[in-house]
Amino acid sequence: MLTYTIRRLLLSIPTLLFIAFVIFMLLELAPGDPMAQMPLTIPPEVKEKMRLALGLGEPWWVRFPLWLKQFFIVEPQYWIDNTFGTNFANDAQRIISFQSRSPVFDTIAERMPQTLWVVGMSYVVGVLIALPIGIISAYRQYSVFDNVGTFVSMIGFSVPPFFSGVVLIVIFSVSLGWLPSIYDTTHQVMDWDSFVFQLRQMVMPVMVLALQTTAQVSRYMRASMLDNLGQDYVRTARAKGMTESVVVMKHVLRNSMIPVVTVIALGIPSIFGGAIITEQIFKVNGLGQLLIIALQGSDIPMVMTITFLLAVLIVMMNLIADILYGILDPRIRYD
Amino acid sequence: MPDGALPVLDVRDLKTVFKTRGGEVHAVNDVSFDLRPGELLGVVGESGSGKSVTMMSLLGLLPSPPADVRGGTVTFGGKDLLQLDPEGLRAVRGGKIGFVFQDPMTSLNPVFTVGMQIAEPLRKHMGMNKKQAAARAKELLELVGIPDADQRLKDYPHQFSGGMRQRVMIAIALACDPQVLIADEPTTALDVTIQAQILELMKDLRDKLGMAVIWITHDLGVIAGIADRVMVMYGGQVVEHAPVKDLFQNPGHPYTKALLTTIPKISGTREKRLTIIEGQPPILAGAPKACPFRDRCNVAMDRCAVENPQRYDVGAGHDVACFHAEGV
Repeated sequence: MLTYTIRRLLLSIPTLLFIAFVIFMLLELAPGDPMAQMPLTIPPEVKEKMRLALGLGEPWWVRFPLWLKQFFIVEPQYWIDNTFGTNFANDAQRIISFQSRSPVFDTIAERMPQTLWVVGMSYVVGVLIALPIGIISAYRQYSVFDNVGTFVSMIGFSVPPFFSGVVLIVIFSVSLGWLPSIYDTTHQVMDWDSFVFQLRQMVMPVMVLALQTTAQVSRYMRASMLDNLGQDYVRTARAKGMTESVVVMKHVLRNSMIPVVTVIALGIPSIFGGAIITEQIFKVNGLGQLLIIALQGSDIPMVMTITFLLAVLIVMMNLIADILYGILDPRIRYD
Repeated sequence: MPDGALPVLDVRDLKTVFKTRGGEVHAVNDVSFDLRPGELLGVVGESGSGKSVTMMSLLGLLPSPPADVRGGTVTFGGKDLLQLDPEGLRAVRGGKIGFVFQDPMTSLNPVFTVGMQIAEPLRKHMGMNKKQAAARAKELLELVGIPDADQRLKDYPHQFSGGMRQRVMIAIALACDPQVLIADEPTTALDVTIQAQILELMKDLRDKLGMAVIWITHDLGVIAGIADRVMVMYGGQVVEHAPVKDLFQNPGHPYTKALLTTIPKISGTREKRLTIIEGQPPILAGAPKACPFRDRCNVAMDRCAVENPQRYDVGAGHDVACFHAEGV
C-alpha cells in the first residue's frame, strides 16, 4: 500500500503540471483585459506601461514557468519563513493579484475559513443525514420512509442551489424574518449569543449545500445497501443467529460503505464548485466569491491559483478514494 | 439409526406461500417429516421442488415478504419454532441448528476474516470471550481439515478455494455443537473431487459429533452413499419417504422410479445411458387440488387430476403419495 501511495503521488506530479498548463493556456486564450476596469482618463501609453509592469508584455513561455516557480518554490518558502521565522524567500517576487496588488495566497488564506466553515460544515451535515436515510430506505424498501426519501432526493438532485437558496431566503428571511439573508464574515464568536448568531447565519447556506450532498449520497448508500442485503452472506449471518442490528450495521454496512466512501471522497472537490454559486447568493465572503470577482476583473494570477488549487484537491481526493478502497476491501491489493 | 427414539425435529403440515404480483405461489404444501437423533435424512428433488424453501421456513430464514409461512408446526426441543419470538429463534439458529448453504463462494462475508466469522456465533451463543472463541475457531478449522489453522484464521474468504470455503462454512455451522445440521446442497457448487472430500468429511463429522443431519441435494448418488432415510420432494410436497435401501430397491412413486432411471449409466447404448423425465415441473400457483406429477406421469389416472393423493404407508417407515400405492 505504501509503495502504491508513493507511486501514485509521483504520478500525480506530471498530471498536475499538465493541468496547470491547460488552465494557463485557457486563461491566455480567453478574451478580457486586466486594464479594462481602469478609469478611461488614464492615457493609453500609461495603460500600456502598467500592462508591462504587470508582466503582460512577456510571452507565455516566460510567464508560465515563472508562475510555476512562484507557486511551487517561492510561496512555500514564504510559508516556511512565516512559520519558523527563517529567511529562505529572500524577498523573491510572490504571486500578486492584478486587482488588489496583494499576494494571492494572503487573500486566499483570508477567505478560506469562511468557505471551509460553510462548505465543510454542509458536507459533514449532508453526509451525516444521508447515511442513515440510505440505510433505512434500503432496509425498508418501498416503505413510506423510503418513498419520502426518494422524493426529497429527487428534489435535491433536480433543484439547483441558486433556486433553493433564493426560495429559502424568501421564506425564512423575507416572510418569516427568522434568519439573516446575508452572511456576515466579520462576525466573531465571543460568547453564547454570538455563537447563536453564527449558527443562524450558517443555517441557510449549509442547508442548501447539504440538500445536494444528502440527495446524492443517500441514493448511493441506498443502492449499495440494497445490493448487499440480497447477498448470500447476509443469509449466512442470519443463520448464525446474529441480531438484525448486527446483520445490517456490521455485515451489510461494512460492505456497502466501500463504494460510498469513494463517492464521498470524490464529492469533496465538487462541493467547492457548488459553493461558488451558493456563496454569491448568501453573500458569503469566501473562496467562491473571490474567484467570481477575479474572473470578472481578468485577475489572471488569482484565477489561475484558485483553479489550480481546486485541481490539486481533485487529484488528491482521487488518490485518497483509491487508498480508502484498498483499506476497506480486503480483496483489493495494490502491491 | 436408533429406531423409536424421540425425534429431535418434528415437522407437521408445513405450508409456505410466496406472494408475488402474479398471485400466490405455494412453494411448500403440507410437508411433514421427522428427524431422529444422529440420523442423516436425505432430501431429494429437482430445482423448484421446495427442498430449500422447506428447510429455510423452519428457521424463518426466508425474506418476508414475499414469503409467508402459513401453517404447521415445527417441534424442536419441546417448542414450536414457528411460534417463537425473533430472539428465541435466533438462539436456535446457529446455536442448536447449524446451516450450510449451497454456494461457498458467496456465503461468506468478503470483508471479515474467517476467524472473525467463525467466532461470531461462538461469542453470541456460547458467551465466549475473544480468546476462547479464537481457540475454539482454531479447533474447528482443524476439525474440518484445514491445515495451518492458526494462520488461516487471519485470512479473508477470497484467500480460500471453493472447497476450503465450504469447509469454513461447515466449521461455522458446527461451531456451537448443534443438535441438527441442515446442509443445503453443500456440494453442488464444487467440482467432483472436492465433492467427494466434503462428503467424506461430513460422514466423519457426523460419526464423531453425533448430530442429526438433513442433507438437501438433487444428486441421488450422494444420497445413496450417506443417507439413512430419504425424502423425495416434488412440487412442494413429499411424494415418497423411505429408508435409503428400501427406496433404491423398491421405489413406490412414479417420480422416484423415473428419477432412478435418470442416473447416468456407463454401459448400454448411447441413447440408454442418459435418460430424462419428459416435461417441466409444475408451476405452483394456487393450493394444489391434484397430484402435481400427473402431467409427467406415465401411470396417471383420471382421479389424479381431481384429487391430491395422501401419503400412503407401504411398509416399515416407507410411504408413497400415489393412488397406485393406496391399499398396497
